[in-house]
Amino acid sequence: MSKTKISTWLKRAKRPNIKKTFAKLRRVKKITILIHVLAWSASLIWIIPFLGVVMASIRPMQEIVNGWWNFDVFTPTLRGFTEAWTSPPDAPLSRAILNSILVAIPSTFIPILIAALGAYSFARFKFPTRDLLFLAVVLLQTIPQQMVIIPVFFLTIRIGLWNNYLGLILVHTAFALPWQILFLRNFFSILPVEVEEAARIDGASYLKIFYKIVLPLSLPAIASLIALQFVWVWNDFFFALTLIASPELRVATQAVASLHGRFIDWNIVAAGSIIVMIVPIAIYFALQRYYVRGIVAGSVKG
Amino acid sequence: MRLSRTATPLLFLIPTLLMLTVFVLFPIVNTIYLSLVDKQGEFVGLGNYEQIFNDDAFWNPQNLAEGKPPPYGALIHNGIWILVHLPLSIFSGLLLAVLLRDVKGGAIIKSIVFLGMVIPLIVGGILLRFIYVEDAGIVNGFLRTVGLGSFARTWTAYPETILLALIFGTVWIWTGFSMIVYSAGLEGIPTELFEAAKIDGASSWRTFWRITIPMLKPATIVVVTMTVLWELKIFDIVWIIQQGGPQNASMVMTLLMFLQAFLYQRQAQNYHTASAIATMLTLLTIGFAAYMVYRMVKS
Repeated sequence: MSKTKISTWLKRAKRPNIKKTFAKLRRVKKITILIHVLAWSASLIWIIPFLGVVMASIRPMQEIVNGWWNFDVFTPTLRGFTEAWTSPPDAPLSRAILNSILVAIPSTFIPILIAALGAYSFARFKFPTRDLLFLAVVLLQTIPQQMVIIPVFFLTIRIGLWNNYLGLILVHTAFALPWQILFLRNFFSILPVEVEEAARIDGASYLKIFYKIVLPLSLPAIASLIALQFVWVWNDFFFALTLIASPELRVATQAVASLHGRFIDWNIVAAGSIIVMIVPIAIYFALQRYYVRGIVAGSVKG
Repeated sequence: MRLSRTATPLLFLIPTLLMLTVFVLFPIVNTIYLSLVDKQGEFVGLGNYEQIFNDDAFWNPQNLAEGKPPPYGALIHNGIWILVHLPLSIFSGLLLAVLLRDVKGGAIIKSIVFLGMVIPLIVGGILLRFIYVEDAGIVNGFLRTVGLGSFARTWTAYPETILLALIFGTVWIWTGFSMIVYSAGLEGIPTELFEAAKIDGASSWRTFWRITIPMLKPATIVVVTMTVLWELKIFDIVWIIQQGGPQNASMVMTLLMFLQAFLYQRQAQNYHTASAIATMLTLLTIGFAAYMVYRMVKS
């Protein structure tokens, strides 16, 4: 009697439990599947416009007008790319891409060097008004480009640097300093000082310590700065628009803006857009870790 | 040559201070000065500011009060931008950050969403214009597919629709930022907190509101600050799509400033009202940033 009783108890006790566990499992699975479906369909919203511009760049205008998502007829063409690359003949997009490279490389490395020196000074030395000065420099980050552009426009004309890359590079340099100094000072202040102190005792000068010890140790931070600053300068439109006027000197953002005229051939505009945006996208994917770290660190502490 | 401990910091700072003084500080002071004088160089106090508030392109609340479609003026448009874009982009960024944490391929989706922050805003504007075009735009293609084809139109061509079309489009562009900052914030929350909540039998809904959201407050302050500054400074997208038109319906402060200073002809061109707009914009950005930093320090 006792045996059967125990087994019925066991059955009674176990059955609902097993059921519950299975139900729970099924529910968890349902939620996981739901989350996956939701996430992937949300991501479609971000993928589709990019897909559209890629499709438009390789299809003739008649097919784009019918909707790039219709594939009844599909005649891939590279006409958009060749047209965008070579037109207008006096100042083609190919020239503008080269110009952007010529502007972006010095506008990336000059401010990083200047900011590193300044940030090192803020991080390692005590001097009167240091914290106030640092706060002032950091606050300049929030200044809109429009607040300086009229005086900068006249200044560059007066010193012969208007419509000249040197002027544009100097303005980009100055505007990059506040956030780069903030970023680098935060990085320098977590570097161990012992190595620097030892080098100092051995008789190394501050400048030597700076470029022999501090800069090499800071390469990860500098990689973030290079990625972000190059993309920032490449993407800039406002400073270029106001400081560069000659068609043959125009940078990539100006050139793609002028492809986009009153009557739009989407095939050419899409191809030009891809040529111009492929550079920052490539840098982002190549240096993704540094890029994202720069955005997060720069803003979390900013 | 060995430099002393007092001379070195100064020497290291000289290039920074020189560049900032010539290309940032002096121009700021000069812009403020320009905003206070007229074309003859006579001091006019706040006259230029009065003038921009009398300009319909900058300040036109009548349409809003009468419930008419835009233009409401650049200042109000920037305000609407903040009111609509800020909650939407924060919410979608937070949602994606939370969802994508446990999704297979989440890292890939994050990279794609973040592309909006990587591409030039000029190209971002072209992409937006393309999705809204009447025949070739995917938005209208979608409307036709779901049977709302009668609504299909070039959304960026009409004063009634362009402002909201651009605002929603910039949510698409900017969501990557809040997503990335919130993702970093989520990683910073110690897992013990969630485990303790689980042991106490808290539901995941409750855990989200009682642990995740409060722990993300620093991230939220950052996202709000940077997003509002971005909304106030928006320029490229508006420029490339309609240059503030049609009929000023997408005009924003930065663009009006640029048009008055550099593009208007003869009589309409005015460095002084343009400087007044720039100064107001700067007061808004600095004021807001200072307020948020103050809140951050306080908490």
